[in-house]
Amino acid sequence: MSWLDRKTLWLNGLLLIGLIVTMLLSLAVGKVWVAPSAWLGDDLSALIIMELRVPRTILGAAIGAALGMAGATMQGYLRNPLADPGVFGVSASSALGAVTSLYFGFALTAWLLPVFALIGAGIGMALLTLLAGRSGSLILFTLAGVILSSLAGSLTSLMISLAPTPFATTEIVTWLMGALTDRSWDDVKLAVPIIAIGMLFLIATGRSLDALTLGEDAARSMGVNILHLQWFAVIGVGLTVGASVAAAGIIGFVGLIVPHLVRPFAGHRPSAVLLPSAIAGALLLVGADSAVRILPSVSELRLGIAMSLLGAPFFMALLFKMRRELN
Amino acid sequence: MSLAFENISLTLRNRKILNDVSGLFKRGRVTVILGANGAGKSSLLSCLAGLRQPQTGRIIVDDRSIHEMEGKERGRLIGLLPQRPDIHWNIDVKTVVGLGRLPHSGRWGMNAADHEAVAKAMEATDCTGLAERKVLRLSGGELGRVLLGRVLAGEPQWLLADEPLASLDPAHQFDVLDKLKNYAEAGNGVVIVLHDLTQAARCADDIMIMKDGAILAAGSRDDVIVPDIMAQAYGVEVQISTSDNGEPLVVPVRRLR
Repeated sequence: MSWLDRKTLWLNGLLLIGLIVTMLLSLAVGKVWVAPSAWLGDDLSALIIMELRVPRTILGAAIGAALGMAGATMQGYLRNPLADPGVFGVSASSALGAVTSLYFGFALTAWLLPVFALIGAGIGMALLTLLAGRSGSLILFTLAGVILSSLAGSLTSLMISLAPTPFATTEIVTWLMGALTDRSWDDVKLAVPIIAIGMLFLIATGRSLDALTLGEDAARSMGVNILHLQWFAVIGVGLTVGASVAAAGIIGFVGLIVPHLVRPFAGHRPSAVLLPSAIAGALLLVGADSAVRILPSVSELRLGIAMSLLGAPFFMALLFKMRRELN
Repeated sequence: MSLAFENISLTLRNRKILNDVSGLFKRGRVTVILGANGAGKSSLLSCLAGLRQPQTGRIIVDDRSIHEMEGKERGRLIGLLPQRPDIHWNIDVKTVVGLGRLPHSGRWGMNAADHEAVAKAMEATDCTGLAERKVLRLSGGELGRVLLGRVLAGEPQWLLADEPLASLDPAHQFDVLDKLKNYAEAGNGVVIVLHDLTQAARCADDIMIMKDGAILAAGSRDDVIVPDIMAQAYGVEVQISTSDNGEPLVVPVRRLR
């Protein structure tokens, strides 16, 4: 398979080993250190592992993989290394759905918020395809995404400012920052299957993304159906990002940074970037989530904030590298 | 065996781009399409390659309508070298040429036949030595060869090239045209849009001249490249002579008002 050729095999293998090590480490670290010898007992530490840390680690890996692969797909589809999964407006509309449930105080039952977030993502995807029409045009599509994300973003702000109680405001703002705190197996069961299906759609775009490297005319002359590609990208990004936001709120920069980091090692070919981006995204998110748990602070640093804090220096380094190349 | 188009009309944004155009290209020959900017040359090529659906008319390749073909099948039959090199990621040359196999390869990647076709195309375009080079680091001449190699890797029976000489120096222009001629001599159909009249006269077996979305003249080189038709097509006066080595020279000398 083109995304699994010999060249990228070692890259995927190395990342996978790194991911497994990081996941195992993330089980051990936290407010209390639980040594592997105590993982399978029947005391309190085993309970922490099985009911809190294992689901949290799995969810972190799934969301990281989802965001990494969605970002790689978006960059390949828009042929822009600065595109991220948020461009489609799916994360914003998904967040709007979640915030709606918080606004009305529905979040009392655990599953209602993620369901609202998924409904938001679904409406977002529908609006996106409705606005963009059947032309397959990239510019229309990007514009539709910009409209959608700014609309959803402003409605979210409106809800925050009109929130009935200060408590609701705090709750919304905190949720928006994104975190994996106190996630349970229920969240895993909801998010992971949706993410997996979404990733299948994303992987299926690989060959068309490769063809797009030569421009739209060349790709179409080789039989690539641009409209099909658009559908697969929307559905794939919608499912992966929608489920991620539903489970953990908005976690930015993973989808932007990870494909960037991986691309040179994967030989720049869009389809070859997809899988390593997923594994590296999982690695980054699980690692960052472990880090926020052990940082000494009064309350746990929100994962979404931690990722944004990573983003600025990353792009600074990128900028300096590009400046060197220009001089 | 031929590529025929009948009564093609194409209207975009209320502007008539192609107006009831009919014609026929033959295999084993190089056909050059000439015409002023905006005459409809590129639009005709994109219709023939299936990128645009003309409002009327039909396109028949070797007795089959291209509108009945599935995209990949059409891609195997008709290769298009688009006008502007348009490369977005810094992939290596071998990968670029390999992309030309997309209409052939199945879901599981490239097989031995695909690799062989890629190697052959790289050899035919002198790209073998560039295989590991990154495509965005190539010179204009190298890039032109690589992109031609990409099309040849697909082994299309019909090759449509839209201004393949743009941004190439004279030596590389000869190289590319020679390669296209060889491809036609191997029994394939080659259709090239050109702006250089001398190069057109040298490489063409047949010439088709377009003006304002219609066909002004079509036929053999000597019938079509004459001062009268050139004046109508481009609004310039041309001087036609023969070079020392017996090749034609077609030089525009002044604009006609």
